[in-house]
Amino acid sequence: MRCILRRREIVADDWAYPGETAPAGTPLIIPLAALRTGPQAGQLPLGVLLAPADAVEELAPVVAHLALVAVEFPDGGDGRGYSQARLLRTRLGFTGELRAVGAGVRQDQVFLMARCGFDSLQLAPGVDPRAAQRALTRYTVAYQPGAAGVSLERQRFFSF
Amino acid sequence: MYRYDELDQALVDERVEEFRDQTRRHLAGELSEEQFRPLRLRNGLYLQRHAPMLRIAIPYGLLSSVQLRKLAAIARRYDRGVGHFTTRQNLQLNWPALAQVPEILAELATVQMHAIQTSGNCVRNVTADHLAGIAPDEVDDPRPYCEIVRQWAALHPEFTYLPRKFKIAITGAAEDRAVTEVHDVGLHLRRDAAGAPGFAVLVGGGLGRAPAIGTCMREFLPCADLLGYLEAILRVYNRYGRRDNIHKARIKMLVRSLGAARFREEIEAEWQAGRAAAPLLTAAELERVRWHFRPPPYATLQDRDVTAGAEPRFAAWYRYNTHAHRIPGYRAVFVSLKAHGSNPGDATAAQMDAVADLAERASFGLVRSTHDQNLLLADVRQDELHDVWRELERHSLATPNIGTLTDMIVCPGLDFCSLANAGTLSVARDIQRRFDDLDYLYDLGNIEIKMSGCMNACGHHHVGHIGILGVDKRGEEWYQISLGGSTRGRTTLGEVIGPAVPRQDVAATIERIVAVYRARRSGEERFIDTLRRLGLEPFRTAAYALHPQAA
Repeated sequence: MRCILRRREIVADDWAYPGETAPAGTPLIIPLAALRTGPQAGQLPLGVLLAPADAVEELAPVVAHLALVAVEFPDGGDGRGYSQARLLRTRLGFTGELRAVGAGVRQDQVFLMARCGFDSLQLAPGVDPRAAQRALTRYTVAYQPGAAGVSLERQRFFSF
Repeated sequence: MYRYDELDQALVDERVEEFRDQTRRHLAGELSEEQFRPLRLRNGLYLQRHAPMLRIAIPYGLLSSVQLRKLAAIARRYDRGVGHFTTRQNLQLNWPALAQVPEILAELATVQMHAIQTSGNCVRNVTADHLAGIAPDEVDDPRPYCEIVRQWAALHPEFTYLPRKFKIAITGAAEDRAVTEVHDVGLHLRRDAAGAPGFAVLVGGGLGRAPAIGTCMREFLPCADLLGYLEAILRVYNRYGRRDNIHKARIKMLVRSLGAARFREEIEAEWQAGRAAAPLLTAAELERVRWHFRPPPYATLQDRDVTAGAEPRFAAWYRYNTHAHRIPGYRAVFVSLKAHGSNPGDATAAQMDAVADLAERASFGLVRSTHDQNLLLADVRQDELHDVWRELERHSLATPNIGTLTDMIVCPGLDFCSLANAGTLSVARDIQRRFDDLDYLYDLGNIEIKMSGCMNACGHHHVGHIGILGVDKRGEEWYQISLGGSTRGRTTLGEVIGPAVPRQDVAATIERIVAVYRARRSGEERFIDTLRRLGLEPFRTAAYALHPQAA
């Protein structure tokens, strides 16, 4: 069973990707392309996986019906997922589980991810979940506005 | 200058601990080199030809004497007693040991310094006009805005993994001493009809491969919107900038591929859509930061003629190495790091200490690094200039060559850098030797030579009146020469004049080029103006005369 960091807790993943073996009734995280062809009714709660080049705007009409959005970080250098997360939270008003997934989800990136609105981290294989958990409190301060998922003692700039 | 508050200090302290942990994990084999690389780069650490290179941030080039002394102490203790000042106004150490870098960063944090984002694909050190706050031609002091942008960019959650590096420069002056037009974003301070400050926003300039001059995307951006608008630009870039080809990943390529008009629409649309969640620069915050840059307690003085009856060496130094100041009775003093026979931009620990002492004695305890790789004492009383000059002379820091041909910008090149194709330091030496006579230099007037050891253009060769680019030809070092680049007044990119020349011929080729200028200049005309008037051809012809080896 895969573990994830959800709201700073290490928990067993209760979602699955197509092709994975999972107990009956486990909700699925389907690629955006599959969502385009129409998600099957009765499959709710519904999760969608965004690749780095996917436009989050596509989710606008369905965002209220999504329970989970997973954003892929295929490697440590591709930062598009950070913008996807910010947009999902601040522009599309997505309030469900926002999950970072992929080889780029490592302990040295999770603090920034949490600040962008990820409240769920599916760590890359080999990453110690406890180390990642500690990394979420690495900083007590930040300059920029960000998500509430990370508790900060001080922040400098705020939005309107 | 800006002094850290508790938030600023906590951030750099926590960053040091984070990097200490990352370095420990890397040395213990828990973090592979591939995983460690983007992390160390975001702390300014490169693995170079001989040793790691650590690039320490000097935000907009401003240093206190205490900070400069700390840099000297670090250079002594962890390096070989020398630091190299760069065109981003930073300081590079060429010989630190990887395991000691966390300790160096911890020492820097004790004097409110860091190496955050001095490399890597993120927002780099923000640079400014080195005459900020004292220039007679200034609309507003850019440094408070630079500091605000520095803070906003530091560990930005959304923009720390960009397609490529991102450089911002700000100027408040009519003359663009911060080369803003060849930055990813260049900001020009302006005032609106009511006198409120704001910015003209240029986007998509850059050197390196496919050099480009920035396009004005906004004629006037109100101050309050500065950070929000930068976020809009960066979000468009982060989402749509190319990541499949490192040579096409800078924002200039995105501007080029979309076209300036379409790119402007994209930013404006993003700005409007994201406004509500964008960081706001409040008047109170601007005032808080601005307070740190209030003018020092200047004495009430008159301008005086300090060169009357003085020795000619001092008079020459005064003319070339000091600059007008907006306050009567003061001058800005360039500390030349371009002594003939030394590496351009290098300063020894002893020299750094000497400059720190002088700053305390004669310039309100502050020093600036310039993008031309010199230092500056910004606020020196004219009646102290002679003493300051003598002290600088004692430390080989008074070569009166600022603005002349030997005040070259030169990257470290093949001697240190693992990206370089060719050496630059030995070529710089050759040029210094050939143009060692000061009267000859003065007769040539303002000629800017800029030299890079590879296409990445750290030496800004594209915008040199004379640009020199090192290239590798079948394992040999050759040099491509370009003419006609400039930054001040009007930014232009130089044009390559022909085939590359071998190392031993570079200095002689340059001498033949400047001989054309000497023969054909009209009156007080500068080299660049003669070049613009005559065109490249006579210079090209002379450059390759007696030059059978060009290939």
